[in-house]
Amino acid sequence: MPKRFSSLARKAIKLRLVLFVLTVFGVSRCGIAQNTPLLSGGLGFFTSTNGGATSYLPIAEPLVAFPLGNSFLVESRATLLESFNPKGGGQDGYNHSHLVALTYLQGDYILSPHITVVGGSFLTPFATYNERLSPIWIGNLQDGPLIAGLGVMQTATGLGGQLRGSAISRPKFSIDYAAYFSARSGNQQFNSARSSGGRVDLYLPKQRLEVGTSYGRLLQGTQENFYGIHVWWEPKDTGFRLRSEWARGAHGQGYWAEADWRMMQFGGYNSWIGRLEPVFRMQQTFNIGNVGGDPLPAVNTQRADFGLDYNLPHNTRILTSYSRQFSSTKDVNIWETGVTYRFLFPAWKGK
Amino acid sequence: MNREQLLQYATAIVVLGLCVAGTAQTQQSKPAQNSPQAAKQQPTATHANNQNQSEGQTIFEQNCARCHTPPDGFSPRISGTIVRHMRVRANLSAHDEQELLRFFNP
Repeated sequence: MPKRFSSLARKAIKLRLVLFVLTVFGVSRCGIAQNTPLLSGGLGFFTSTNGGATSYLPIAEPLVAFPLGNSFLVESRATLLESFNPKGGGQDGYNHSHLVALTYLQGDYILSPHITVVGGSFLTPFATYNERLSPIWIGNLQDGPLIAGLGVMQTATGLGGQLRGSAISRPKFSIDYAAYFSARSGNQQFNSARSSGGRVDLYLPKQRLEVGTSYGRLLQGTQENFYGIHVWWEPKDTGFRLRSEWARGAHGQGYWAEADWRMMQFGGYNSWIGRLEPVFRMQQTFNIGNVGGDPLPAVNTQRADFGLDYNLPHNTRILTSYSRQFSSTKDVNIWETGVTYRFLFPAWKGK
Repeated sequence: MNREQLLQYATAIVVLGLCVAGTAQTQQSKPAQNSPQAAKQQPTATHANNQNQSEGQTIFEQNCARCHTPPDGFSPRISGTIVRHMRVRANLSAHDEQELLRFFNP
């Protein structure tokens, strides 16, 4: 018995030594200059008055990125919100609900100059809004486009693997891609549909023009195809951006086109006028065959959003907008105001 | 997408584009101090005194600022992490990643 105990003790010491070495190695790799893990994200408070009913939404979207070695990165974003909505039906007061959820949690491995392997729970790479513009500290308007749910396979995240990267990068043009496969998952934090798809973008740096196309196929239930096209144009030195998308599913389609202009010509980027940013977005949705299923309004809808954002110092933005939405069921006015703050700092003290 | 809807989509893009084209043309003829290169705050506290637009800055404007406004500043200790995150998210090439890192840490 003592002999066996001694053997176990020796193994425990060895195990501790291995763990110690691994810990020191890990910390030293993570703590090297420039590669300290970061904590970023956004805090926001939004109000929305839709058809006379006002809702309130305090929200936090933290993001962590944790590099390991020279080629690996673990990153995750979460959403924490509390929503206050009027009870309606002649009742006073508000109902409130909360949500705490992982938006994505993925590991990225840079396999070669042209291929990055992504595994885990990732944002579905369809069109542009989901991957690029959905964080609260990036979007110019509080609401996403009406077609934001098209092609992102119900949950906007996939659980599986993805290959992506820069296929060709030349001074006059570049082509990048993303291709994924997602398994079906009913897990509360990693809910996803069985699907596959991808996106290809062509970017012309001189013209600052991007054109891309997306494809997705839902591989569960009634299998459906989704198609998307996006065009972005951001002329150099103007502060102007034009972004647009069209997407089509089996039961509906639509587009949005958004223009925003940072008024930097009036006194510079950080002058009080240069911090103003008018925004206009036009969008329409069309149902196909009067069959539901796609995450679009039940009837054909048109909407115009007029926004005015103000970019305060210290990564703080004020977002205001008025929207008029037209549909055969009801025309509504939507007034929205909000403030967002973006934070970005090292996750811990380093050298 | 039928022909009429495609036409509406194309018209919306063209009209918005034309609206700003005149503005862009006017602004390009203005003095250099009004350009974003002169007015924009540098993305890191360590990056200063950059008279000529470096390749890294161009890559930053073309890829990072395509989606979001530059942050007011951040610690140089996380610049490598940010660049790696951007390499994945924006599908940057290895060359772009190196130039961007050099831009953040000259």
